[in-house]
Amino acid sequence: MIKSSTPTVQITLRLNGDQRSVSVAQHHTLLEVLRDDLDLTGTKECCLVGECGACTVRLNGQIVDSCLVLALEADGGEVSTVEGLGTGSRLTPLQAAFIEHGAVQCGFCIPGQLVAADDLLRRVPRPSREEIEEGLAGNLCRCGCYVQIFEAVEAAASALARAEGDIERLAESPSARELPPHVVDQ
Amino acid sequence: MRAFAYTRPADLPAAVALLAEHGAEARVLAGGTDLIIRLRDRTYEPVLVVDVKQIPEFAPRIEQGDGWLRFSAGTTMTDVVASPLVQRWFPALADAARFVGSVQIRNRATLAGNQCNASPAADTAPPLLVYDAQLELVGPAGRRTIALDDFFVRSGVTTLGRGELVTAIRLPLPDRPVGSGFQRRTRRRGHDLASVTLAVSVNDEGVTRFAYGSLGPRPVLFVDRTGSPDYETWFAAATPSPTSMRAGPDYRLQMLRVLAERALATARERLAAA
Repeated sequence: MIKSSTPTVQITLRLNGDQRSVSVAQHHTLLEVLRDDLDLTGTKECCLVGECGACTVRLNGQIVDSCLVLALEADGGEVSTVEGLGTGSRLTPLQAAFIEHGAVQCGFCIPGQLVAADDLLRRVPRPSREEIEEGLAGNLCRCGCYVQIFEAVEAAASALARAEGDIERLAESPSARELPPHVVDQ
Repeated sequence: MRAFAYTRPADLPAAVALLAEHGAEARVLAGGTDLIIRLRDRTYEPVLVVDVKQIPEFAPRIEQGDGWLRFSAGTTMTDVVASPLVQRWFPALADAARFVGSVQIRNRATLAGNQCNASPAADTAPPLLVYDAQLELVGPAGRRTIALDDFFVRSGVTTLGRGELVTAIRLPLPDRPVGSGFQRRTRRRGHDLASVTLAVSVNDEGVTRFAYGSLGPRPVLFVDRTGSPDYETWFAAATPSPTSMRAGPDYRLQMLRVLAERALATARERLAAA
């Protein structure tokens, strides 16, 4: 039987845009490596059976429950976490909308909700309420902030659509100096 | 979970050799949505985990061949849902795949893995049985093809031999007008498994194929060619667990009737439109 002395393996991944190398135990999940070896604790550990979505991250362009992915499966891949959404104190329209609409109570599920909602808006820029419910069906909120979360996603979709319109107008009149509200100063 | 060695064979012969050598001490990793849970709760304590996703033949692919639609073993539920070919030819399968877990789960879970895991509640099993799915296998003795109905034994157990792998699932394209429907009952959408899951197809010659899951140790298929299917006998063959936390046997048996009726209505509508 192989004991916990199993040799670690070096993996390389593109993490939130940066190339990273890390030594991982072969039986450790992507969630464990993100939190314990890479100090990215925004991604939460909760149910560990793929039901709650607190550990949602983006792997190679698709969201996954990182508790159900071995770190070695991400070797050579691209991973983005909630830490990769905004930059420093600058929030994305989605994050700003979550705050504005009171979608955050205890906050524990929010990193997963944000990564899943970000994924939904990439796939479906103007989702219906039903599409939002389906897109976030894998993310539980024990505070029961679902209505506020759904409203925040709708508001973010509208903000992004307005920004899109602004970009088009900017392209038409290059002299315009006002930049679209891609990012919101917090 | 207990420590194990992880390996990522580059081709099928290497994977088969590893699985043949290690037998029950090795576990195949595809999407991982069932396996990682079982590793963590120590239902399985393998020495070796064999990740098959780097094998070129496993790359996600749905292709239409001569009389077949073929799903490579790496094809995920998300791939199945997105496929116009599946929606066109096998809508009950598209419906079932759409109901599996959540976006996060569907992005990882594979159609082949859903069969190999052999859960009685597997949502894609009833439609695949109704559509007469054939599994392409490769093992130490070479390649063979087996009907999905001959693959399931009981929960977690299949007729897959030592060193054998499923490489693809093939569905024969219908050669005459047919309609099919899928229905499922679950406690919590996006999270829980099915309390009852079923599919039915009817064609213009009066052939009915009906399959259900979560009502006994394995998903089961019934076929009628007389034009007057005996649903009562089919319902009576259900043996729902008396101890399941998910739903009581009475409830499941009642729901079986209701859902069968709904799926049949959808199948008839689709047949009429075919």
